[in-house]
Amino acid sequence: MKSLEVTLRELRDSGRKALVPYFMAGVTPDWTQHVAAAVLGGADAIEIGIPFSDPMMDGIVIQRAAERSLEAGTTLDSICAQLSARDLGAPLIAMTYYNLFHHYGLRRAAGLLAQGGVVGAIVPDLTLEESDEWREVCDETDIATIFLVAPSTTEDRFARLAQATQGFCYASARMAVTGRAQGAGDATRVVEAVRATSDVPTYVGIGITSPQQAREATEHSDGVIVGSALVETILKGASPADTEAFIRTFRSVIDE
Amino acid sequence: MSQNPVYMGAPSSTGRFGDFGGRFVPEALMPACLELEAAFIDAWSDPVFIDEYRSVLQEFGGRPTPVTYLGRFSKLFGVEVFAKREDLAHTGSHKINNVVGQTLLTRRMGKTRVIAETGAGQHGVATATAAARLGLECTVFMGELDTQRQVLNVFRMELLGSKVVAVTSGSRTLKDAVNEAMREWVSCVQDTHYCLGSVMGPHPFPWMVREFQSIIGQEAEEQLRLRGVGVPDMVVACVGGGSNAAGIFAGFANSSARLVGVEAAGGAAVTNGSPGILHGMKSMLIQSEHGQIEEAHSISAGLDYPGIGPEHAYLAASGRAEYVSIGDEDVLVALQTLSELEGIIPALESAHAVAWIMQEAGLAIPRGSTVLLNLSGRGDKDVAQVRDILRGRE
Repeated sequence: MKSLEVTLRELRDSGRKALVPYFMAGVTPDWTQHVAAAVLGGADAIEIGIPFSDPMMDGIVIQRAAERSLEAGTTLDSICAQLSARDLGAPLIAMTYYNLFHHYGLRRAAGLLAQGGVVGAIVPDLTLEESDEWREVCDETDIATIFLVAPSTTEDRFARLAQATQGFCYASARMAVTGRAQGAGDATRVVEAVRATSDVPTYVGIGITSPQQAREATEHSDGVIVGSALVETILKGASPADTEAFIRTFRSVIDE
Repeated sequence: MSQNPVYMGAPSSTGRFGDFGGRFVPEALMPACLELEAAFIDAWSDPVFIDEYRSVLQEFGGRPTPVTYLGRFSKLFGVEVFAKREDLAHTGSHKINNVVGQTLLTRRMGKTRVIAETGAGQHGVATATAAARLGLECTVFMGELDTQRQVLNVFRMELLGSKVVAVTSGSRTLKDAVNEAMREWVSCVQDTHYCLGSVMGPHPFPWMVREFQSIIGQEAEEQLRLRGVGVPDMVVACVGGGSNAAGIFAGFANSSARLVGVEAAGGAAVTNGSPGILHGMKSMLIQSEHGQIEEAHSISAGLDYPGIGPEHAYLAASGRAEYVSIGDEDVLVALQTLSELEGIIPALESAHAVAWIMQEAGLAIPRGSTVLLNLSGRGDKDVAQVRDILRGRE
C-alpha cells in the first residue's frame, strides 16, 4: 500500500475528517507559503495543481489561475524544484492533465514528482482504461494514482475504479467541472456506491465552496476537497495569513 | 505470404489507430462515450438508419456532389485535376455529412439537445441546420476571436434557432471552443449529445465522423470510375482536424492512389508536432518543450487547430499518407487563381489543397498525373476577410 493511503486510512481511523485544499502552483511567487499556511490552519493533505494550457475539467477560476501561472513561466520542473526545497508538512498530491506527464516521459515525470515529495497524482483525463502504463511507472515510486468517480459512473465502473484508486477515491458531487456548481449534489449516492465495493477513504469534491457545505459533505464521506473557492481568494490577492484563516474556518466548522 | 495492411477500417476496441486515438476524458464523460460507441455500432449496421442517413443527404444535403474537371487550371499547371465539389453541398461544405449522421443518432439515443464547437463557423452552421431540421435544441461554442472574424456565420446560426456562446478563455479560438464544449457536456450529458465536428476527440468520434464523411470518397471513387479516369494518381485534401480528408481518403485508402493532406503552415501538427494528449485523444500536437499546447495561426479559422485527428497521425506514421503544409500567402494566390480560372471561389481551408497542387505540379506531382482535389467548402464565408486583406495592400 502506498504511504498516502496508509496516512489517510490512519486519519480516518482516528475519527478526523480530511480537509484537502487545492492550490495552483506558481500562481503567485509566494504560493508555497500559502500551502504551508493551509497546513498550519488544519489541512490534512494538499492538492497541487500543475498548470496546463487546456484544463478540460476546470472552470473559469482554475483556468485563470493556470493562465497566470503559465505566464509567470511555471513548468513541471520549476514546481518540483520549489517543492523539494522545503518540507510543507502534509502529503502532497499533484493534479494535472495527462499530456504533461506524457510529454515529459512518464518515468521522468514520476521521478520529478517523487523528488518534490509528491505522493499522489490526480489526472482527470486519464481514464482507467488508458492508465496501465502510468500506474506501472508509479509502482516504481511511492506515488499513488487517485481516480475520480462521478454521478454518471455506472455500477461496474464504480467497482473497478474503487479497486484501482490509491490513497483515496475522489467523488465528484456534481456533473460539472470545477468551480461551476455549489452544494453536495449527488455526493451521498456517489460515496455510498464506492463504499459498497471498497473501504478506501472517499472524499467529496466539485461544488464545495463554504464551510457549511464541507461539513454536510463530510457527514457521509471521509473528507472534502476545496478548490476554486480558495483559488479565487488567492487570485484576488489573499495573503498566506488569509489562507490560514480560510482553512481554519473550514476546519472548525467541519470539526464542530 | 504476408498480407498488405488494410487501411481505414475500424479502430481497435479501445479506439486506437496504431498508437494513436484512445479515450482520454473525465470519468464523468466515460459512460456517455461508451453509450455513444454502442449506439453508433448499432445504428451503422442498421439498414433503416443508413437508408435515412443517405436519403436525408440526398434530398436535404444535395448529394451526390459532382466531380468537376478543372480544364483551364489543369492546362496551366500540366496536371489533370478533378475537384470533388463539397462546396456545393447544403450549408456550403462537407460538414453537413457528419451532422446529418450525428443528429439522426442523437434522436435515436433519445437525446433532445446538441452542442458543438466551431472554428470558421462551417461546422456550427451545419449543426444548427441539422438540429433545426430535427427540432433539436442547439448551442454552439465559438472562440471570441472567431466570432469577430466570422460575424455573418454567428448570425446564420442564430437565424437557424441556435444559441452561440463566445468563448473567452485561452487563445479564444477553435481549441478553446472544444474545451468549453467538453466542459458544457459534463454538465448536461444526460440529455445532450456533443456533435463534434471533426475526426478528433475521444473514441468513437474519430471513427464515427470518418464513417459519416466517407460518403465523399465512395462517391468520388465511383464518379471517376464511371467517367473512365479510374483510380487517380493522387488524392489531395486540406487538413485541420481532418474530416474532409478522412472522408475522401476513405474511398482510396486501399488503392494505388497517393494520399496527401495539406495542413496550414501555422498549424502543421504532423510536420511540426509531437505525440501528445488533447481533447480526449492521443495524436500529433503542436506543443511547447514543457508540454503546453501552443496556439495555431492560420488565415483560415477552420485550420487554426494545434492538433490533427488520430487516424491521420497513424496514416502519417505508417507512411500510407503524406502530410505537407502551405503558408497564408500561397493560399491567397490559390484562392484567386481558382476563382479566375474555373469560376469556383474555394474556402480558405480548401485553397490550401489548391495551393499545394499549384506549388508541386511538375515536381512532387509528375506532369500529366491525375489528381483528385477535395474542394471541401465554398469561399462565400471568406470573401469579406480576403477583400480586406487584398485592399489593405493596394
